[in-house]
Amino acid sequence: MDIVLQQLVNGLTLGSVYGLIAIGYTMVYGIIGMINFAHGDVYMVSAYITAIALALLTFFGIESFPIILVGTLFLTVAVTGAYGWVIERIAYRPLRSSSRLSVLISAIGMSLILQNYVQLSQGANQQGVPTLLTGALRFHVGDGFVQITYMKLLILFISILGMGVLTYVIQKTKLGRMCRATQQDRKMASILGIDTDKVISTVFVIGAVMAALAGVLVTLDYGAFDFYVGFIIGIKAFTAAVLGGIGSLPGAMLGGLILGLSEALFAGLISSDYKDVFSFSLLVLILIVRPSGLLGKPEVEKV
Amino acid sequence: MSNAVVRKTLISLAIASAATLAQADVVIGVAGPHTGAYAAFGEQLWKGAEKAAADINAAGGVNGEMIKLVKADDACEPKQAVSVANRLVDSDGALAVVGHFCSSSSIPASKIYEEAGVIMVTPASTNPTLTDQGLPNVFRVCGRDDQQGDVAASYIVDKLKAKRIAVIHDKDTYGKGLADAMKSTLNSYGVKEVMYEGLTRGEKDFNALITKIRSVDADVVYFGGLHSEAGPLVRQLREQGSKAIFISGDGIVSDEFVSVAGSPKYVDGVLMTFGAPPTSYPSGKKVIQEFRDSGYEPEGYTLYSYTAMQVAVAALANNNLDPIKGAKWLKTHSVDTVMGKKDFDDKGDLTVSDYVMYEWDAQGKYHVVE
Repeated sequence: MDIVLQQLVNGLTLGSVYGLIAIGYTMVYGIIGMINFAHGDVYMVSAYITAIALALLTFFGIESFPIILVGTLFLTVAVTGAYGWVIERIAYRPLRSSSRLSVLISAIGMSLILQNYVQLSQGANQQGVPTLLTGALRFHVGDGFVQITYMKLLILFISILGMGVLTYVIQKTKLGRMCRATQQDRKMASILGIDTDKVISTVFVIGAVMAALAGVLVTLDYGAFDFYVGFIIGIKAFTAAVLGGIGSLPGAMLGGLILGLSEALFAGLISSDYKDVFSFSLLVLILIVRPSGLLGKPEVEKV
Repeated sequence: MSNAVVRKTLISLAIASAATLAQADVVIGVAGPHTGAYAAFGEQLWKGAEKAAADINAAGGVNGEMIKLVKADDACEPKQAVSVANRLVDSDGALAVVGHFCSSSSIPASKIYEEAGVIMVTPASTNPTLTDQGLPNVFRVCGRDDQQGDVAASYIVDKLKAKRIAVIHDKDTYGKGLADAMKSTLNSYGVKEVMYEGLTRGEKDFNALITKIRSVDADVVYFGGLHSEAGPLVRQLREQGSKAIFISGDGIVSDEFVSVAGSPKYVDGVLMTFGAPPTSYPSGKKVIQEFRDSGYEPEGYTLYSYTAMQVAVAALANNNLDPIKGAKWLKTHSVDTVMGKKDFDDKGDLTVSDYVMYEWDAQGKYHVVE
């Protein structure tokens, strides 16, 4: 019993990280119909910025964990957001009116550029950051115990907070209305006076910011990263976005949670060798029953 | 003939002879993961080979020819290993190769070297298949995973007297091969592992797997794989409150293991099998001192790489730079190296295996377990 509960906790935290990254894929797809393959690498860049920010803050002699956390989050989110903006500006905007395929290739190119740039500028070695927050909450269940480390609690808390704020922004604010309008019909939105280019840039920045949140949290938690770390997690987050229905914001979060939970439960209760096989089989099954994902809307051919 | 023409002819003659001189260099490839997640090992290989080549050149080269090293980056990817191996034999004209590092790269590349008649001496690939293929040109100056697995298994059974052993591997040629070797010796002692599972290379979250290790109540976790996965694995193991003894093989012998784990306190007490300290041989004293003087600690595979270079050069030097004859010669002659005298058997393995158990301490250093 305690083991099943522990696996649920493991899956929930892993899933919320997938969800945060999946938001970047789903929002970009929703608004311009492209898959931003460089998104996993934006996450990777944010891991490096986290380490640099940590080094900077400790250099200035700051030692209290809350200040370090807030400072690192702030710096990383700002710089990664800038990366998101620049990437859209140089790799995607010039191709706005060309076919979807060209943008896709441009995205793959961007992904390679980011990986190689980080590898060359930061070195190809494994990087690590020291542990800052230790300790865990333990609940005794029967003979065993279920535990959640404070770091994992922090991951859950910040993920929920980030997703909550984002949902509020999209649903209730003027910016959100502009995003939704652009998503529904870009041409009509621009005729009605919305600067769609600016909206698209904003969406890229939002995606990068969510990836940066995940990057800071995961880097602080696992402590280890390299320039290739964005690949696997990017694929998983993309899967989560498709699972939940690409283009749908709640879908990305739901997809992340389902993917995280299914991986943890399958690895924990059956076999970790085949956990990816299981997750992707689940994806195939869901897409057979619901081709546009769990919460996605079927695409209507625009005439 | 005017002066200018004479001068031009002389210059072009000079250039032509310089070019032939350059071609007469002995080209030796240094193949390994110079980039990628395992680049720390590529660095060790390169440092060792570079120093060996410089020392040999300073002493007059190979039969008067200078050694020219070519760096070949396989990133521990089998496909890339094949393409750099082809490049080394075709366009670089290498006579010998020191490398590769990962067994999953060395095995496919070895066939290309065999076809091209090039000597391959790996400082680090321990998977038994590499020499069991029966290729005449393949040698290694490290041990084999079946020997390494034996040492680990008997340590677990005899010294630790452990009963509940979880065996984890990274599904790669080296990691799984090592885990399987350890497991089969363990089983031959009549001990059955309580768990045998693989994890995915490149992932960082192993919490689900660790909860499972906790649920089977393992008192020893044996991991076949490299430090980039071993670091997060041991850290998350401790974070989940498990006190199981963590044992791994020579895939974690790098300082990076500590930084990837996040803190020396997580690696404290981790055990690993690795060849007898390469720095302990009297014949290596001078080289080690020179390394340290230059500000580099020859850790892990550095001296193995130096040794591999010496073996390759000895084979070429004693056989008029003919690598095919050189490979035959190595099987019947011993070579004096910085790691003592090395003898090879018919397969190209060392005749003496010297695996011992090391332990990592709370300062993040490793030392031999007495």
